[in-house]
Amino acid sequence: MTIHFRNETFRNDFTYANSPGNIPRFPFPFPEDVYMYSTNVEPHHATRAGSPFEHAFDVDEHYVSEMKDRALVLADDPGRCQALPHMETAAWDFVELVMVSKARDYPDLFELTIDGDRWHWINKTLQIDDTFVFGDSSTLPCHPMEYIGRQVQGDHAILDQRDGNLWMDAGIITAQADWSLDFDIGMNFFEWHAPVPLAHELGVFQRALKFLLSLPQGQPSRRLNWTLTVNPRLDTSPENYPKWGPDKLTVNPGNIGEKVHLRVELQTFWRLPRSNAILFPIRTYLMAMNEVVTQPKWGRRLHRVMRDLRPELVEYKGLSRYHPMLVDWLAQFDDGAPTSPGIFPD
Amino acid sequence: MSESLIEESILSRPKYGQLAIAPGLAHYFVADASGAECVIRVAQTAPKGFMEKVHILYVPTPGENALITALYALGAKRFEHVPTIDAAIAKLGDWLSESKMGSQLYLAGTEGLIGRAVAKGEECGLDHTAVQCEHRGSLARRVQCVHCKTMIEKVTTQPVKCPSCDLLLLVRDHYSRRLAAFQGVCINAEDPTEEVEIREVFK
Repeated sequence: MTIHFRNETFRNDFTYANSPGNIPRFPFPFPEDVYMYSTNVEPHHATRAGSPFEHAFDVDEHYVSEMKDRALVLADDPGRCQALPHMETAAWDFVELVMVSKARDYPDLFELTIDGDRWHWINKTLQIDDTFVFGDSSTLPCHPMEYIGRQVQGDHAILDQRDGNLWMDAGIITAQADWSLDFDIGMNFFEWHAPVPLAHELGVFQRALKFLLSLPQGQPSRRLNWTLTVNPRLDTSPENYPKWGPDKLTVNPGNIGEKVHLRVELQTFWRLPRSNAILFPIRTYLMAMNEVVTQPKWGRRLHRVMRDLRPELVEYKGLSRYHPMLVDWLAQFDDGAPTSPGIFPD
Repeated sequence: MSESLIEESILSRPKYGQLAIAPGLAHYFVADASGAECVIRVAQTAPKGFMEKVHILYVPTPGENALITALYALGAKRFEHVPTIDAAIAKLGDWLSESKMGSQLYLAGTEGLIGRAVAKGEECGLDHTAVQCEHRGSLARRVQCVHCKTMIEKVTTQPVKCPSCDLLLLVRDHYSRRLAAFQGVCINAEDPTEEVEIREVFK
């Protein structure tokens, strides 16, 4: 399998797009015609060749450009990558998991040679060829979490486990849907989710925490989460809200298909072996409405989901300014026909 | 002075109780003028010999002397008053760094004082079960501007203008113990021309 890596931007001129072959492999987040919160967790097994669930850490055509965007964010705001002092062992666990997984799943792109604690890592795509001593951070150019975080798509939080809770004690977060690592670092599971409406009352977080606390090694899990973003912008951080907030006013019925993007997070959960921490990758996929509706099932379903979305969620997800316009626009793709179960296109 | 009037809120927002003596080898109290009465209440109901293990740090309102006198009269092993919360937090760090296992920390007064003392206690390795807080006085908030990271003290309005980057900030209930601050996020980022009325709400 050869991936043609696109050269594209997630800011300013926004040249990001999905090539036609990439569209059907989008992780469409709605298995049914209605949406409400659920603890929709399933085992992160290899599923469907070609899908984003085939490998532990999916590499797609946006890899190189996403890593360039991450470098821009980190240069501008180093606070997007932070680890409390006790998280170094967990960071090395993260290095190991990514390197071992990628070298196994994409042998054409990544090579790992292990000789005791001497590791040799080659990332052909990003032209990285490094030898280091595993566990010795002084043999890497930067903190191990930052080192590997700059080579893997998606944001990564590392959650320490103690006192029957999970603690957001480290992360490299440059493509977030409106939350601040710098503010939330050190919080427990309930605290960092505190601003989410409805879900606490539904017991979603209590159940999710219980599940995560007993997550076994070697049995990762996954779930999908979603929101909408105007323009294919990865960095929708609260820090930069004054930069992306005004984008919402630029949506009109003529441009809504290209402006509004379905933003899907493939969240996975991995128990780490040395630290007993949990690695929490949040991998973001962006797809313009025009691209989504090329799959008739997705067009029909998205219309129904958006039309019936609860007002609290419209507000919380920040969709208020263009939500009615979007529902009207999507209606043209909904002929009322039944849709097949599951997320994959027909 | 009234008891705390903090309404039910989201889960990251701290909740406060009432100070009560817990078993410990040393007892550290930090209070500002609104919290002084709590320290006095605890001391007055304490068993014999308790005050010999008590250390009190007090931040008075400028010009006020009566509470200093009252706190001094409690007969603590150590009593100091300092002019600012900053000074109190620095001193608390010194005290805790020489404290032994089994110390208890009691905090009383405004949220700005409590929040920063909690963060200092955590930094000094004090277990959270050894820290008690009782809120008294103003509901003024300490706010971090999420955009330029400036800390804004004693915020009483909603929204508040960031003195550093000039953005108009919505003061959220989302609270960071580590920063001892509420989060401030631009309230009119989507449409900067939007006029927003500034109202006094955290009294």
